[in-house]
Amino acid sequence: MKLRVDYRASLSLVGSILKYLAVPLCFPLLVALYYGETVVPFAVTIPLTVVLGAGLERLDPDPDIRAREGFLMVGLTWLTVAVVGAVPYLIEAHGIPPAVAPVRPASTLGNPANALFESMSGFTTTGATVLGEISFDAHTRGIMMWRQLTQWLGGMGIVVLAVAILPELSVGGAQLMDAEAPGPGIEKLTPRIAETARALWGAYLGFTVLEAALLYGLFLLGIDPNMTLYNAVAHALTTMPTGGFSPEARSIEAFSAAAQWIIIPFMIAAGVNFALFWHALTGDPRRVFEDTEFRSYIGVMAALTALLSALLFTGAGFTASVPADGTFDAAYLGEVSGIIVGQVEPALRHAAFQVVAIVTTTGYASIDFNAWSTPAKYLLLFAMFIGGSAGSTGGSIKVVRWYVIIKSVRRELYTTAHPEAVRPVRLAGRALDERAIRGIYAFTLLYLVIFFVATGLLFLDGVRHGQTLTLLETMAAAASTLGNVGPGFGVAGPMGSYLGFSNAAKLFMIGLMWIGRLEILPVLVFLTPEYWRR
Amino acid sequence: MRVVIVGAGQVGSSIAADLADVHEVVVIDSDAERVEDMNYSHDVLAIAGDGTAVSTLEEAGVDDAGMVIASTDDDETNIVVCSTVKAISDAFTIARVKNTEYLRTWQRSKKAFGIDFMVCTNLLAAESIVRIIGLPAARDVDPFAGGRVQMAEFEVAENSPVSNVTVRDADRFEALTFAAILRNGTVEIPRGETVIQPNDRVVVIGTPKSVQEFARTVAPDESPGTAEEVVVVGGSEIGFHVARLLEERGFRPRLIERDPERARNLAEKLPDTVVMESDATDTEFLEREHVGDADLVVAALESDEKNLLVSLLAARIGVERTVAIIDATEYVDLFEAVGVDVGVNPREVVAEEITRFTREGGAENVALIESDKAEVLEIEVDDASILAGREIRESIQQLPEGVVVGAITRDREFITPRGDTVVEAGDHVVLFVDAAVASEVTPRL
Repeated sequence: MKLRVDYRASLSLVGSILKYLAVPLCFPLLVALYYGETVVPFAVTIPLTVVLGAGLERLDPDPDIRAREGFLMVGLTWLTVAVVGAVPYLIEAHGIPPAVAPVRPASTLGNPANALFESMSGFTTTGATVLGEISFDAHTRGIMMWRQLTQWLGGMGIVVLAVAILPELSVGGAQLMDAEAPGPGIEKLTPRIAETARALWGAYLGFTVLEAALLYGLFLLGIDPNMTLYNAVAHALTTMPTGGFSPEARSIEAFSAAAQWIIIPFMIAAGVNFALFWHALTGDPRRVFEDTEFRSYIGVMAALTALLSALLFTGAGFTASVPADGTFDAAYLGEVSGIIVGQVEPALRHAAFQVVAIVTTTGYASIDFNAWSTPAKYLLLFAMFIGGSAGSTGGSIKVVRWYVIIKSVRRELYTTAHPEAVRPVRLAGRALDERAIRGIYAFTLLYLVIFFVATGLLFLDGVRHGQTLTLLETMAAAASTLGNVGPGFGVAGPMGSYLGFSNAAKLFMIGLMWIGRLEILPVLVFLTPEYWRR
Repeated sequence: MRVVIVGAGQVGSSIAADLADVHEVVVIDSDAERVEDMNYSHDVLAIAGDGTAVSTLEEAGVDDAGMVIASTDDDETNIVVCSTVKAISDAFTIARVKNTEYLRTWQRSKKAFGIDFMVCTNLLAAESIVRIIGLPAARDVDPFAGGRVQMAEFEVAENSPVSNVTVRDADRFEALTFAAILRNGTVEIPRGETVIQPNDRVVVIGTPKSVQEFARTVAPDESPGTAEEVVVVGGSEIGFHVARLLEERGFRPRLIERDPERARNLAEKLPDTVVMESDATDTEFLEREHVGDADLVVAALESDEKNLLVSLLAARIGVERTVAIIDATEYVDLFEAVGVDVGVNPREVVAEEITRFTREGGAENVALIESDKAEVLEIEVDDASILAGREIRESIQQLPEGVVVGAITRDREFITPRGDTVVEAGDHVVLFVDAAVASEVTPRL
């Protein structure tokens, strides 16, 4: 069998991107220097990345990327970057002599499966963690900054960034971005794809800087003494990619109400199609509000927020009796429900925050929603399947797909009664190509099938591993990793971690995050024999 | 004035016949036989030749001509004729086209193709059909700004809900301006407190939809509501425009087209129309979709005979009124005699439009009210205009009584003019002007 895919060309471009990964790696190195921590994890990884990247690059001095090579390149880029990104975690957990670093408790990232999980979770902006303990006692500020930075790099997309800066990707750039960018198809904003990629990254960078400045402003004004410069930067870096890694063990619950209110609009913005921001900035702000997906996106979140805040306000959102599995303590439940029930602002804030965090797949927590009642949790599980907008940094199925599915189902009902009627499905007034609708059906069906299969497998593995998982917990874990949301329920809840899962389950979830981020098809396609054959 | 008409087909000869009594008419056609016919039947000079050739045009005396009308059956020929004429003379050029894309190009830039006035057969035919369907209560209806603005004149009947009502109370429409009230032959500019009396004629300017809504208020018995069921049979260009214009007036028509590709294409372009892919003579289908319950069927298929068949079939299954497009002029009377309620002949409509326009004889888009009492005109505002860059309230004060700004379109979007609306250069403004002050006002706009 002779292969038709020019895998050397793909690997060569993966190498180019890998080489450039050395640049962002310098940032946590500087952070480590500033705080007087060990720089070994980065000092080792940076040359390693450059050598590995340059080596791969030499496989094909003049790579020619076509559709098939594009899929392979995008898929492998994310896999390779995740593997290399795990190296600093491994180095930090192992081989640092006590003379260089103060003695720390043994890090859970010493296990390669854990390190890779954390790295993949970062780059895919999932935000699911396997850190045993989230604190600066257990981990250096440098390594934590790397963890947050991986999310920022993964959010708008490594390949999009590569298209923006690598001239050799200008020809196939649109194809590559399409394979990576969330949602069906991409929107070219300018005639040159590199410029489009730069515009998207520019908006992304702008929002990140703005959020960091606003959050740090709270610290300077004395409103939130916990929102230090490090925390402000860290949270801006993980909000905009809808990531959700927080250096605080209690996530956003560790901050003031003001900080939570500031983060909400930034999460919303992160779930909006970034092309809309470009239109707004280049003199067509009306387009934002006329956009069908934007309206549905805001509408869905408003409806869910109203429902959830009603549950919380009335107290129906909290469990009547504390379950015996010990995943949260009764004192905490009493404390939070005491603050929220019957209070408008906290009920609204936590409902809005949690709905936005889950719908946009950011995955932050302003409260331990593990302590909520089953109906409230199911509401959040349902929200995990909605996702952000196409062209945003959000994961999951995406609002626009649901919109098209609902419209085309309505069309089916209509044509059942009127068989001769010709009804194109319209999106913002424009008729959609039937092939695009079929693609959306295929994606969504595949997504749900993978979700159910994953739920089954994780459940079985839990039984094998001696874990006591409820069905809701398993479903949440599968939905959360596949949709790049982050937290689930139970042990994997917002204040917990995925550490308890077996290595096999973790490796499986690494796969889920990977195909979830790339929206399944670009990854699945090169697992089929037809792809490789002539 | 010497008028040169290129193309002695049905449209050309009809215009020639109408203009011959007041103007010096020269007709050019490539068909020698037709030319001979023309020379004998009308008081015009007919020349055999190619109307796109400079030599032929010069032979027809285009140098001294005041107007050249290109009315052949071929769009491109007509455009080339006008372009050629503009290159060699100063004559006012009028072109007839079928393709609405050319019309759109021309509406965007009146410099396009060297054409001073363009009439689109398909669109005009569709407009006249929709006028029959949509505004039977109106005495006069004229489209402006490419159909985005409409002027209509209504007579207020004794029992009309708006009679003995003040203008302020009658004006419940967002995109509508009361331009004038014609009472006993005098023009009155309405104020909020003006009371509309029976037998007044009210001139309104606004979007087609708001004019339609107003029509229903003025004459609820006469004007069909948008609940009226209209079925368009045949997705021809005319059929398409009928459905599109009905949509603009707030109707939700149904359209039947047999060709799957064309049906899909139409369905994409017509969001508020239910497009059905079927043969309109399939009685089982007609029954299943209750086409017989429709209030009106428009037969817009490509062949006259099929349109007749569809109309008769529709009448048979219970449709109240049928309108058919009839290409052959000589069939119109026959078809109306055997059962079609209204026959519309696109060529006749175009010939009428061109004749009307040449009679009114202006370069601007103008409509005359009551033949000469007032005019409604459309202007493109330039920097020199008194309207440019200031509020309407301010500019109206500097103009004599009798001027009303009826509608504004900016970048093809409709803007309802109010006192504080600022008019910008490049806007298209539709104004009502009392004939008494027209000559004083027009140059300052």
